[in-house]
Amino acid sequence: MATRSVEVVYRGIFQKNLAKNICRGIVLAAVKQGKTGIAFGRYGDSPERNGIPAKNFAIVADNEEELQASMAQYEPKSVDISIVVDDTLCKGVESWAWYGLQPINKLTKPGGYVLVTTMLPFDDLLQMAHAKEYPYHLAVVRGLPSFSGLWVYKDDHTDVRILGAIARLMPDLISLEAVEAAVRQEWKHEHKVASARKSHERVETMTVRPGTGDPTKPFEFELPKWWEMREGVTIPGIVAGEAFPDPATGSVGGWRPARNPYFKKFSTRTMRPVVDFDTCIKCTLCWLQCPDSCFDVTPDGLYDVNMEACCGCGVCEAVCPVDDCITMVNESAFTDNGSQWAMWKANKETYKTWVKEQIQHVPDRSHGFRFRGQYEEQIRTMVSAGTGGPGGEEITERVVTDAGEASAGG
Amino acid sequence: MAKVIEKVGQVEAEKEELISGSEAIAVACKLADVDVITAYPIRPYDTVMQYVAKLVSNGEMDCEYIVAESEHSQFEIVKHASAAGARVFCGSSGVGWMYAFEAITVTPALRIPMVAMVGNRALDDPGAFGVEHNDALAVRDLGWMLVWVDNAQEALDVALIAYRVAEDRRVFLPCAIACDGAFLTHSQSIVKVPPQSWVNKFLPPYDRGDLLLHPDNPITVAPQVNEDWLMELRKHNDEAMKRAQTVIREAYADHERIFGRAYGNPFFEEYMTEDAEVVLLGMGTLSMPVKVAIRQMRQQGIKVGFVRLRWFRPFPTGELQQTLSRFKGVGVIDRDYSFGSPYFSGVLANEIRAALYNAPARPPLLSFICGLGGREVTVPYVREMTDLVRRAAAGEKLETTYWIGIRQ
Repeated sequence: MATRSVEVVYRGIFQKNLAKNICRGIVLAAVKQGKTGIAFGRYGDSPERNGIPAKNFAIVADNEEELQASMAQYEPKSVDISIVVDDTLCKGVESWAWYGLQPINKLTKPGGYVLVTTMLPFDDLLQMAHAKEYPYHLAVVRGLPSFSGLWVYKDDHTDVRILGAIARLMPDLISLEAVEAAVRQEWKHEHKVASARKSHERVETMTVRPGTGDPTKPFEFELPKWWEMREGVTIPGIVAGEAFPDPATGSVGGWRPARNPYFKKFSTRTMRPVVDFDTCIKCTLCWLQCPDSCFDVTPDGLYDVNMEACCGCGVCEAVCPVDDCITMVNESAFTDNGSQWAMWKANKETYKTWVKEQIQHVPDRSHGFRFRGQYEEQIRTMVSAGTGGPGGEEITERVVTDAGEASAGG
Repeated sequence: MAKVIEKVGQVEAEKEELISGSEAIAVACKLADVDVITAYPIRPYDTVMQYVAKLVSNGEMDCEYIVAESEHSQFEIVKHASAAGARVFCGSSGVGWMYAFEAITVTPALRIPMVAMVGNRALDDPGAFGVEHNDALAVRDLGWMLVWVDNAQEALDVALIAYRVAEDRRVFLPCAIACDGAFLTHSQSIVKVPPQSWVNKFLPPYDRGDLLLHPDNPITVAPQVNEDWLMELRKHNDEAMKRAQTVIREAYADHERIFGRAYGNPFFEEYMTEDAEVVLLGMGTLSMPVKVAIRQMRQQGIKVGFVRLRWFRPFPTGELQQTLSRFKGVGVIDRDYSFGSPYFSGVLANEIRAALYNAPARPPLLSFICGLGGREVTVPYVREMTDLVRRAAAGEKLETTYWIGIRQ
């Protein structure tokens, strides 16, 4: 076997330890088979920020010398499996200090796998993921986005279920026997071994043909030469915003703040606000409280969320004093970042219907649980979804005390 | 232009004043019309802040004079003021300079043409006031220009030259002027203080141009970057430091034209080297006893000369190579020490060794550690060092490093 590389794309804070555990599990299983490997996080990422897309990697090689070719690098140039532990990440990844929205399958090799934990059908995932020029495989482990995160490890077995699935997709990387042995060593529980085995049986796959997926061209730019760059570690400031025209009347007004065109960070979002403009009382609270200055003040005095700037934190929904004016909706229900206000201006009746339909897509687990007891409730859903019936999995919760991993960036 | 200056020169003349090296720097600040000065006391630098305070309180100088709560703040305040277009000055000594190190480190990358005075002082512990060069030398790899002066007149002149060079758009790098504690900072001598009009001719206003931090020029300074950006930014500073060599030459030439004082080669002074067989090389006020000793030895027919390095950064590699290759032996006197360094030598000695590595001829080189912690470099010590260099020049196999004047 040549060197095999795996990436885990995850959401900062909420899934940091999940990603780390998956990559550890891969290496430990490889060691059980007499191979060697390394597990590491992408250094430029800032995984201590809520929901920010970040990456962890596991690289497995036959021996130490072969492994050296993959060491002292920030990330592999390509991977055999891209693991996605939150399905909304399929829309793309823009992490801190990175370069615009990049496709979820950017590093996936021809014939490689994108492995997603999701409850969505394949077609929905394919709508989100960018089209590739070559064929690859899409694999699915059924489940809600795991919250096996940074501070408290809500152990829903996603870690071992992913490992079991890998053994099925790429047995020359890690065998099921090796996974079982590694799980026993690392987690010391037969229920987790059983979960890995069941996932191994039930992982679903399909082949993705070239050109299938979101046709949008990923953001690209050329790094400047040293003599083309500004001196003094300076970059041009973002100038103030401006008023903009009402598409219906043409009258110019309101205020749209200027925003960073290179760092939009909307891929941090797992849910988005949907605004019912007919019930808005123009109280300004959403506009004032939004930590990312996402709201454009429209010429008619309403507040329109700029979907390229919104991180989906839910503060606007929380501060809105009107029932059902702002509702957070699962990000996977949307395919574009268009203006809701423009849609409302175009046809208010159509918009009303659209809002009613959209708010049915309740976000599962975005930026924290939405009510007490939600976790316990969803575990039951997960167990039935993942196993097709009451399985042997035992759900545990333990506090993570890895202080070294909890240090903030900056 | 030249005619006008000539005319001005006829009307106004330099005034002789009895002032210390620190006072000379303060006077230069006044003449340079510095906008923002920050201070925090530590000997021997504090003499500068006292003289500046006196000039301000007497109404002779108009500037923002801020006594910070630490050296770190002291350097941060002027860094920001300079980014906003102010001509700035500050300084420190010994461990005070080291305490400001984070601020000192970030200054060159932001292309801040700060001028700072380092009153050279031994680094604690033990607490000691005396001169040692390790404080100033600590910035040698950071992108600061670094120059040593050996008398009050040169302190004044080089302070003006430092502003001229640092604020040149081709350079935009900070410059530290190193002044030996006590021997220069606290010793008064006759200094020719030029009239303001001459200085105005020499020193144009500071124009920060496109790097000015101002609402009319919206820029972000010092954003976080990743590995794809840093090397290019370092290269900017590398090129600026290379260009500084030309700008320093131009500034000294213009200084001579306007002020009529000739310093010869800006980068180092050569004393009685023309027919010398061996030379000593050093920085700062140790030049005084060395020159005395050389004159005495010359009377006895010993052909010894002295090279006093002024600009340590940018380092005049090519010229030093050419000059030092002419001699049969070189002795480098370090008023500093680099623990565990190659040959267990001084900082300067190893820089000279590196510069000579590609020289057409490499004379034997001895490293002398002398005058640490303010201990005097005496004439007998200089003779002792010269004797060793002459023995090395004659082919004798000697140690690479000698501690001179240590009790043993």
